[in-house]
Order: sequence, then structure tokens, then C-alpha cells
Amino acid sequence: MDDDVLDSLWLAADHGVSFDGLHVDRTDETVHFETPADDATVTGRAAFEEVATEHAAYVSNWFFWHERAPTRDDHWAFCRWLEGASETPVSDRHAALDGGVTRSWGQLELTVSSTGFGERRYALRHEADADEPLAPLTRYDDPLAARQLVKHDGDGRYRPLKTATNLPTGWVFDDLLPEAMLETVEYVYPATIANWYRERKGDLDVTHWRETAARQTGIYGLVSDLDDEAVGWLAEACCVDSQCCKRREWDLDDECDLDVPRSEGAFPCREPCSLVVAAARTVTKLEREATETYELELTPSEKAQLETLVDAVAEDRLDEIREADFDDGANRYRVRYLRTKLFDDGLPDGHS
Amino acid sequence: MQALVIAAHGSHLNAASSTPAFAHADTIREVGAFDEVRECFWKEEPSFREVLRTLESEEVFVVPLFVSEGYFTEQVIPRELRLSGFDPEKWDSDGTSADHVTLTASDVEKTVHYCGPIGTHDAMTDVVVQRAESVTGDPTVGDGFGLAVVGHGTERNENSAKAVHYHADRIADRGRFDEVRALFMDESPEVDDVTDHFDSDDVVVVPLFIADGYHTEEDIPEDVGLTDDYRTGYDVPTTVDDTRIWYSGAVGTEDLLADVVLERASDAGASVQAEIEQVRERTRTVALATGD
Repeated sequence: MDDDVLDSLWLAADHGVSFDGLHVDRTDETVHFETPADDATVTGRAAFEEVATEHAAYVSNWFFWHERAPTRDDHWAFCRWLEGASETPVSDRHAALDGGVTRSWGQLELTVSSTGFGERRYALRHEADADEPLAPLTRYDDPLAARQLVKHDGDGRYRPLKTATNLPTGWVFDDLLPEAMLETVEYVYPATIANWYRERKGDLDVTHWRETAARQTGIYGLVSDLDDEAVGWLAEACCVDSQCCKRREWDLDDECDLDVPRSEGAFPCREPCSLVVAAARTVTKLEREATETYELELTPSEKAQLETLVDAVAEDRLDEIREADFDDGANRYRVRYLRTKLFDDGLPDGHS
Repeated sequence: MQALVIAAHGSHLNAASSTPAFAHADTIREVGAFDEVRECFWKEEPSFREVLRTLESEEVFVVPLFVSEGYFTEQVIPRELRLSGFDPEKWDSDGTSADHVTLTASDVEKTVHYCGPIGTHDAMTDVVVQRAESVTGDPTVGDGFGLAVVGHGTERNENSAKAVHYHADRIADRGRFDEVRALFMDESPEVDDVTDHFDSDDVVVVPLFIADGYHTEEDIPEDVGLTDDYRTGYDVPTTVDDTRIWYSGAVGTEDLLADVVLERASDAGASVQAEIEQVRERTRTVALATGD
């Protein structure tokens, strides 16, 4: 055990150490040393060092959290949560950290490992790459690189929403110190740690739909006109597990919930995001139109095909449909056939 | 601790919209001017709404990466940052002179120095000139050249044009270029007729825009006559009506813009004079080395 560690604990023990099951109190040369499994009172620096060494797991744990871990409240809490500090005793945690302790954060998989006495290193990758060997993954060590890394999905499409469920795969930050890990998470999922921490403390400042809508100005001022049912459809379109990693905590207002399932995400969504507001602008304008009746004849299979097509777009399934899979109603040739047969001359006019 | 927050528009559609904010933030990070540097966006994340809570610093300098005073600097950003008691009157601006105002944000315990936009700072004039140097590859460009500063312009916000005129006038006063004009996309005098406004054989066209995107990469090149179809690209310079047009793309992509961000923070009380000098030195070196 390093002299630095022993010096730190020796000094701290003068005021009493009580942390994660380790209790150390020193009065002059007399030290009382206690863990859940053991306690001892020794005299003199040499005896202190001996007993500290016998309880290296506890001393190592104390040293990390008091000399190496981030001091900022939300960052501290996040690092504690990552390794399950509140529910896992040091003796078990110490062993687990040797092999790495893993948590999910959105589509991220975060692994914390013990890499030496009082040291932790963190790894981040896409959860889909969790079982991949490191070799084929592109390795990064600069948190700033994450900004560009998460800008496009695996198909090269721009991701305007950081918490959308299309985080690209194929990369890893495999050896980060705590601060670098926190910075990287911040670039992948901005503000999620801060809001998660507020929620844990019971003071998440949720801004509900009606308040958000009323605040809008300019081209977004009209979204207040969107009726409640349509706000629910919008939330179901944009704010469910399949589309976004955030857990929607906002509703119509404090007293009026949306009848839409909430996701199970680790971190909360405290107000409608800019993407939802922009989508709301479009659907608000569309919802102003009155309905009309259109008459066209379809075979039952054609009706089913239209439903399949809508479903395929809504579930972002088009890329998965094989070129010659004519049984799939959203197959390109099937749709082109339908267009030629039914829509070449346009759909019939509607009437009120 | 002190933080710098660069507040930019961002985009739901254009991945490159955030590029200048990232680039200038990185320049400022490299010189270590602040304990924390963070980009935030109207259309991307972190949002204006949530950026302050991601910071540890108790004192924050917010610099809008916008070209003019108006809707975003006076309404959207202060509202979304929850700056208690903000009123554009506190800036006492004539349309180009908003400096800074110190407030608190209602959702965090922080002091926020909310600055005027980078586009109206005096130092922006130097960036426009450096943009002309970069695009011509000539650090002494001016003699025999005309310079057009191009703005969006909008009848809805008179300040939009004021910022363009402000820098055009300041550059004209220096007497470096033979001719200097302020031209616009959506109001007169229009950039479509750029060659009608100059006698010089060479004209540098610098759009006073933050990021390259639809306006600077598609509209203006086609309006000016550099190309019939932006997708086919164009040369720099391109001869239009017997005038060589040196089109620079958005001024906001010029490395020296990081200097303007720091100047704004400095005016608001940040101790960054030494870092300003470093940024000027670095970005000047980059411009001369690349000549683009």
C-alpha cells in the first residue's frame, strides 16, 4: 500500500473516518479500526499500517471516493450508482470491480473496473457491442470525439435527437478516468446526469405540455392550439421506448396525465424537447383541416398492404425488407405495383 | 469556477449547423480560458433550457453565436435560460450595441453574464476581413478588390441589416478595399445583382452567417450566379459578368471567430486577455498556413 494512501488515512483518522463500512478513529498514536467483519485497536504508525493493509479493500474504496472520485454532487452520485455502491457491501463490490461492473444508460453500456489500489477506470460502448471483443471496435480516449461520433446513425443519417434510439455502434471508450467518463456521457446524452440526479433528490422540475406550449413564440406559438388527444398521439409517436431513451415525466399538466405508456428509461424527460415542439407545429397545422370523405375501392389485400406500408414506415423497417420479398406489403415492387394500379391518376377528390 | 456557454441555433436537419460552435469552443478549450466550456443549442442538445444545470461553475458567461440582435438574443435565449428579470431595455442598444447584462437563472444558483451576439461586436469586423484574406490566400488583400458583406436581411427585424451595415461601414472607413457594400438576400440592395454594385474586377463576397447551410451553400451561390445548380459546385474565384467573385462561405466558420466569443466574455468581466492574445495568434497562423 502506497505511503500516500496511508498518510491520507492517518491524517483523516484524526477527525474520524466513517465511510462504506470503514470506521477509523485516531487519538494521537492510538487507532481504532473497524469494518463489518472485524475491529481492532492498535498503537503506533507501524501497527496502523499493518491493520490497514489487512483491510485493503476498505482502504482502497475509501481512498478512491475521497481522493480520486469527482466531488460534484451529481457526478459523485452517478459514479456511486454505476458501481452499485449503496446496495453492494465493499467486500462484494471490491471483488466485482476486479471483473468490471456494468450498467445501462440509454443505449450506452458503462463498465467500471478497479485498475489498482484506489483507482477506477470506465468503459463506454453501445449496448449492442457489449459482447463484442474490443478489437473490431474503434477505440477513443478523447471525450470531445463523442460529439461527432453520435452525430449520425449507423446508416450515416443525421441524428437531431441525442436520446433517439439510433445510437451508432462500433466504437468504445475503454479506459477513461472518472471525469472523462462523465464528460463523454454528457456529450452522448446531454443533461441526463443532471436531471437524473435532480429526480433522485426529489426536485426534478418537470415542465408539462401546456406550460411548454404557452411559452412558445414565433412560428411555434400556434402549438398551444393542439388539442389534448393529439398531444397524446404525438407523445405516442415520439416519446415511447422504441423512439427515445428518456422516460417521459411530463403530461398535459400537473393534474392531467396523458394516456400514453411511459418508458422504463434510466433518466427522465422533464419537458417536451425541441423535436416534439417542431413536430407539434406541423401536426397543429394539419389538424386544422376538416375531414372529407374519399371513396376508392380496394381489395382486402390492398387494404392490408396499405396498413403494412404505414406500419413499415412508422417502425423504420423499410431497410430490412428484402428486394424480392413480394409477400411483404411494404416491398418496393409491391408498392410500385399498387401505385401504378391505383394512384397513377391520383386519388379521387373528397367531399364533405 | 467560471464557465463559458456558447449559445447557437443548431438544426434538426443540417448536421453541419453545430460545427462552428464546436470548433470555436474547442479553440477556447485549448487555451484554457475557462474552467468549463459548453456548447448549447435551440434545436439540438444540450438545449438552452438545460445547459446551465450541466455546469459546476457558479459564474457563467453566455455568448450567443448569432449575427444580429433580435428575436433570438432578446426573447428566445433569455427566456429558455430562465434569466430572471431580463429585459432588452437593459442592453440599451441601438441595434448593434448590446454589450452584457448580469442576471441570475431561476432554475440554478448561478450568476449569468448574458452577452450581446458575436455578430455585432467590433472584433467581428476583423473576422470579415480575415475571411477575405483566407479565401483569397492573400494577407494583404484589399487593393484592387471590392468587398461585399452579405446578410440575410428581413423586413421583420431591422437589426438584421444593421449588423451588416455596421461592419461594412467600419471596413470602408479603413480604406483597405477599393469598394465595400452591404448586400442582402431578402431586401435591397440584393446580392443577386452583386456585380452591378462594384466597378472592381475582383470582389470578395463574405456572408455574415454563422454556419454554412442552405443559405450560404445553395441560395447565395445560385443567386450570385456562381453556379446554376449548387450541387455541381463552383470555382473560387468564379467570373460573373467580367468580375471575379471570391465567395468565402459563412464568416462564422473562420477560426478567428473564437476571438470574438472571448471578447464578448471579456467585456462582461471574464479575465481572458492573455487567452485572447493566444487565440488571435493561433487562428492567424491557421489562416495564413491554409490560405483557404
